[in-house]
This record gives sequence, C-alpha cells and structure tokens, in this order.
Amino acid sequence: MPVLEAGRAPAPEFIRVHGLSKTFGAPGPGAVQALRDIDFSITEGSFVSVVGPSGCGKSTLLRIVAGLLDYSDGSISLDGQPIHGTRRDVGFVFQNSILLPWRTILENVMLPAEVLGLDMKAARRRALELLHMVRLDGFESKLPRQLSGGMQQRASIARALLHDPKILLMDEPFGALDAMTREQMNLELQRIWSASGKTVILITHSIPEAIFLGDVVFVMTPRPGSLERVIQVDLPRPRNLDMTGSPVFTAAAHEIRGVFHHEGSLD
Amino acid sequence: MSSHITPFSGLRDVAATRPARTRRSPLRSTGFNSFLLLLALLAAWEFGVRFFEVPKFLLPPFSDVAIAMVQGLATGPLARDGFWFHSAITLVEILLGFFVGSAIGLLLGIVISEVEFLEVLLRPYIAALQSLPKVAVAPIIVMWMGFGIGSKVAIVSMLTFFPVLVTSIAGFRAIDLDRIDLLRSLSATRWQIFVKAKFPSALPYIFAGLDMAAAFSVVGAVVGEFIGAQAGLGVLILQMDARLDTGGSFAVFVILSLIGVALTGALRLVRRRVLGWMPAEEAHKTVSA
Repeated sequence: MPVLEAGRAPAPEFIRVHGLSKTFGAPGPGAVQALRDIDFSITEGSFVSVVGPSGCGKSTLLRIVAGLLDYSDGSISLDGQPIHGTRRDVGFVFQNSILLPWRTILENVMLPAEVLGLDMKAARRRALELLHMVRLDGFESKLPRQLSGGMQQRASIARALLHDPKILLMDEPFGALDAMTREQMNLELQRIWSASGKTVILITHSIPEAIFLGDVVFVMTPRPGSLERVIQVDLPRPRNLDMTGSPVFTAAAHEIRGVFHHEGSLD
Repeated sequence: MSSHITPFSGLRDVAATRPARTRRSPLRSTGFNSFLLLLALLAAWEFGVRFFEVPKFLLPPFSDVAIAMVQGLATGPLARDGFWFHSAITLVEILLGFFVGSAIGLLLGIVISEVEFLEVLLRPYIAALQSLPKVAVAPIIVMWMGFGIGSKVAIVSMLTFFPVLVTSIAGFRAIDLDRIDLLRSLSATRWQIFVKAKFPSALPYIFAGLDMAAAFSVVGAVVGEFIGAQAGLGVLILQMDARLDTGGSFAVFVILSLIGVALTGALRLVRRRVLGWMPAEEAHKTVSA
C-alpha cells in the first residue's frame, strides 16, 4: 500500500448518483425531505467541493455516499457497484477530528487497521509515513489533547487514509478552525490530495474554500436539498492563496452567490 | 529583570537559595500541617474530656480509645473479642458485595444501553427504585437470608448496584455519536464499536459510579450487621455499646474509616491506570457530576 498511488486511467463515472432522494421520518405530514432528485457523476481522482447553506442536505448526501445512511429513492454506485451500507474503501473525516482521547496519535491513526483486520506491522509503517506526510513527525506518542486543533485534524486525515481508501469524504473538516489555520489547512489538504491521488468529496459552507480546493463545485440549495448547479473551477494546480483574487476565482464566487440569492436561501 | 546585567553573581545567588527552599518545604507542606492539626485536636480532646469530667461512657478521653485499639489489635485472627476477626468478616462482606453489586450493575447497564427496547421498558422502574432508600429494605433481606455473611453481601450488593447501573447508563448515553459513526464508516462490527468506542467513552462515568459504590458498601455492611449478624464490626459496635465501652466503639470507628479510605485509595489507583489519559480537572468534573 504505497502512499502515492500508481497512475491508472481515471474512470469517468467513478461515483455515479442518479435520482437520489432522502426523506426522514415515516411518510406523511411529519416526513422531512432532505434530498430531492440528485444527479451527478464524479471522475476518479478529482476533488469535488460541495457548498451550500445549513440544511441543504450536504452532510446527508455525504453520509449516504459513506453508507452511513440509507437513501429513500434513486441509485448510487461506486466504481460500478451499487452502495449498500458502509464499505472498506472509504475514508471519512469529521468536522471535529474525533480522535479517541485515550489513544496516542499513532494508535488513533492505526484504528482502521485494527477494525479492518489489516497486517499491523505494515499498517504501523504506513501510519508513520502518513504522519510524516501530514507533518506530524514526533507526535506519534502524544495524546490528542496535547495537539492543536489543526494538528488534530491533520492526524484525523492521516487516519482516514490509513487503509488506502479509494475515496476520502470530508464533512466540513475545517469548520471548527480559526480563519488563519483554516487557510493553512486548505494548502495542506491540496498537497495531501495531490500526493495521494484520492477522489475527494469535501463538504463546506465556505464559498472560497470550495473554489480554492475543488476541481468542481457542487452548489446545493435547501428546502428540500437539491443540487442546483455544478461549476468547473479552471484554476491551475498547485493553487496558491494569491489566486483567491484572480478573475476566475471571483467569477466562480459570484456565480455561487448568485445561485443562493436567486434561491433566497441566504436571507 | 536586571539579572542579565549581573549574570555571574545572579547565577550564584539562585544556586545558593535553592537548598534553603527545599529545607523549608517539609515544615510548610500541607501533609505536615494536617498532622499538626491532628495532634492539636487529639490533645484538646484528651484534656477537654478530663478537665470537664465528661462521663467515660458518653465521650471517652482519646487515651481510652488508643488503649482499646491496642488491646483490640493484640488479638489472634480468630479471637471473637478481637478486631482482626470482625474486621476480616466485614471486609469480606464489603469486597464481595462491592464486586458482585457493581459487576451486575455494569453488566445490566451495558445490556440496557445496547438494547433500546429494554431501556424504554425499564426506565420508569429504575427511576422508581433509585428514589427508594435501599437501607429500608435491609431488614427484610436479613429476614430472607439469615444472620450469616450472605445477607450482608446482598445488602452491600444492592447498595453498590444502583450507582454503577445509573452512571454506566448515563455514560453510554453521553457518548459522542460521531465516535460511533467513525467506527461504522470503517464497517466495524457491533462488538468492535462497543470495545473500541463505547466502553472507553463511558469509563469516566462508570468510575464515578464505582466511587459512590465504594462509600455505600461500607455503610451497607455496617447497617446489615446492626440488623442481624453473628460477627463483624457492626456487631462489635453493638456489643461494646451494650457494655458502655465507648472507647472500644470509637476504635472500631477508626478501623471502619480506614477500610473506607483504603477502598477509595485502591479505586483511585485503578482509575489512574485506566483513565490516565484524562486531564486531572476533567476527571474531577465527571466524578462530581
């Protein structure tokens, strides 16, 4: 399991979602429709940002892709196979790093290996490599509370990559961080992503973060959650923070805000 | 502030004051001060009782208690009038009752938390039983189970069972659901979710329950022995009170509180090993919760 994945032809429809709907609660007046008729496909190895106001169902969508939630209608497939329940080839990053406080950083990063029953020796080697990749060398035997918020989130990204998943699902991973740390983490994530070659779906409520990181930005609107627009971001890689002032960036941000204002979802 | 201007003498001064500070510290330590306080209180007790000529059966002077303690301890392990025999009986009751009661409480807490149906079904009954003063049931238990050790173990178990049950249910309920989702996202089995996330998350709560249970277990054993027993420190207290041997009673109180202190101390050691990852202030918060 190399940290750097060997190049292979990207599948154009690596993740395919068709007519996906999700309703919470029993049918009737109490039912809440969280997602309505979502359609999209994602190319292997691409970075997809999903942006939208709270209540637009973006976290629900991510949990369905992870297999943590059932869906009510439609279909969803990963690499040609329909998704039913959780899978071993998905890495999930939560808003709060959710490191287990009684485990050291290394033990936390190795958690997937324990759960999935992987070879522990190889996993340990890989965990150390990943900790190096997220720049946490020397923190292996520290407890999570001894690390800053940004470092904890980097450790949780290393954990999500341990079992070499095909896709990395990130649910507002930097929402709890301060603005400066957040910008730094965006740069880090871009670096980690280009080094690992994973397919990433990143949920965020920050429009600049979505544009800065995404090859594609999915714009979602609430009541009920639907995928309103898909915006290509034609900025070269690696991107740097100066690009946030470029015309392409500004135009994309303008377009996204336009969708929200048109929908009246930012009032 | 000006230390960088006169570096050499400054350094020497620091070195010179250090031993003086360590020499002073034993006299200023809290431990030493509490010991002084103890001596002062004991002296006040001894001379106060003698000076005001308080009857010995109401409040014996400290020296009587000390003599009773020495006499009580200078007995064989099987002497029926000695402290060792009765302490051993009471200690066995406390330990057996504590382990049985908290084990059942923990197991039931786990089962109830894992099976939602059971929790909903049993919640009102647990709440009702919790508000019942368990000591009230003790005489009936002695009636059912007799004057032997068994009834005392049952009473102690009953007293230790509830705090552990209630805190473990609270602990399993308070778990951060994202921790479970983290394991679910890795296709973890139910057992793995329990062992790797739920149980360690609930441990601070469970230890708070064990702490309460430890204190209750001493109460339970003594109350049980008051109600009806053939041996144990509670019986010894009753016998001594009947003989107006108040000094002896006081000596037994000391032994009982030593047992309580040893129990909490042992528990604290285990907690430090198991919950060493918790910052001290946080551990304290959960205990008082």
